[in-house]
Amino acid sequence: MPINTLIRCRDVSYSYESAAALRGVSFDVNVGDALCVVGENGSGKSTLMTLLLGLKAPQSGSIEYGGGLRANQIGYLPQQTAAQKDFPASVREVVLSGRLSARGLRPFYTREDRASADRHMERLGITHLANRCYRELSGGQQQRTLLARALCATQSLLLLDEPVAGLDPLATNDLYQLIDSIRQEGVTIIMVSHDIQSSIRHATNILHLHCEPIFFGTVDQYIASPVGQRFLIPVPVCAADGAQLAVHAVQ
Amino acid sequence: MFATLIEMFSYSFLVRAVVVGLLVSLCAALLGVSLVLKRYSMIGDGLSHVGFGSLAIATAIHAAPLAVSIPIVVVAAFLLLRISASSKIKGDAAIALLSTSALAIGVVIISMTTGMNTDVCNYLFGSILAMNRSDVYLSVALAAVVLTLFVLFYHKILAVTFDESFARATGVPAGAYNMLIAMLTALTITLGMRMMGALLISSLIVFPALTGMRLCKSFKSVTICAAITSAACFFLGVVGSYLYATPTGASVVLVNIALFVIFCGISVYQTKRRAMA
Repeated sequence: MPINTLIRCRDVSYSYESAAALRGVSFDVNVGDALCVVGENGSGKSTLMTLLLGLKAPQSGSIEYGGGLRANQIGYLPQQTAAQKDFPASVREVVLSGRLSARGLRPFYTREDRASADRHMERLGITHLANRCYRELSGGQQQRTLLARALCATQSLLLLDEPVAGLDPLATNDLYQLIDSIRQEGVTIIMVSHDIQSSIRHATNILHLHCEPIFFGTVDQYIASPVGQRFLIPVPVCAADGAQLAVHAVQ
Repeated sequence: MFATLIEMFSYSFLVRAVVVGLLVSLCAALLGVSLVLKRYSMIGDGLSHVGFGSLAIATAIHAAPLAVSIPIVVVAAFLLLRISASSKIKGDAAIALLSTSALAIGVVIISMTTGMNTDVCNYLFGSILAMNRSDVYLSVALAAVVLTLFVLFYHKILAVTFDESFARATGVPAGAYNMLIAMLTALTITLGMRMMGALLISSLIVFPALTGMRLCKSFKSVTICAAITSAACFFLGVVGSYLYATPTGASVVLVNIALFVIFCGISVYQTKRRAMA
């Protein structure tokens, strides 16, 4: 495995009781990449996430981690659950919980853990919210908090599951810019998204899943490929809508 | 006031009841914060019904109540989590299933053996006379175990409660912590049930956590607030039940309701004031 490869997936398959969720998925993630995994609902994106995080083992094929990375050192930004939205915890408490993987069995946080949490809150511009209650924050501020927590858990790789779901356009833009700047600081990013149009603006590579990988390559290759063409310019429902979507894709 | 308290505590059964009750309320409040936030509040209710069934069995076979109910309730807690996790039957349905079954079995066993008498009423609504010396020792041991585990695993419990998938991804065995919380809940409920009553014991789990959440902004403050209000409500409830000769369990719940309403009021007032500012 090349030295700058963080994750190497080879021929990974996983199926639930009846249906296959993933078949023959192979791809590499190199240091500095921003891989965007796209596909419709039920295309196996979430299954791929759980496999990458090591929560389940692939039934066939292999996932190897390079560059000193372990599965529990991936900074994970899961989708928010309903229970979280009214959770009484301070921002600091949430961010600190990102340090748990480094904690092991030791019961309490050290000064180093607290410093790391402070550093990442600073980096994401939420230091002034540190003592605020999580449930009182806006959607964008909550995502920043969870992103700071994810950064506490990793040095090298972030895994983002639908990071902009439920955010308004302004907060969405904000979050994408934040993700871009984190990547420029040297953190590799894997992002799962429905939103193909804007993800391609913030990705270097695309993996398009439909249980099987129907495309894997760089963004430019994707835009030029038949798959990309089909998904970036959807079949128009009516002429006006189609034109609008096409314009959006070109932008 | 002091004279009343001194008079109250000259009865050794009351001293025992207060000691056990305070410790049980403390444990229930700590566990309750996590259960309520994870949307598992009904677990307490389900387990207390199972406890009722197991008390009926214990009476029928003339065995020590705790010796029979602790293992049965712990197994029920284990089953509840397993059933919920397998997702064939959803959590709330699983609890309803288990609790009504246990209640039905309990009632049938009682009517076949001793018949429906005051014992049944005591099981359902609690009796302050139920605590003996061994209960005191057991509750001290339980409280020590719950407090120690809670302090040692506090940060992990917070992480698992807030976000199970993130906790799993960072290598925290979330399933094991869920199991631990369910087991401790089972023990707390079995201990407190005979005093508070099978139908009322789950209030000790739910009320303090919800009361704390009205005003507190962090997990730590919610936990501390729940523990303090729980113990205070229990004590006031017992004193009230002594003064007005009301059933203990119900009196404790009434005090909890009153405090919950007061906290809600303060929370509404704070929100209004902030909106005006």
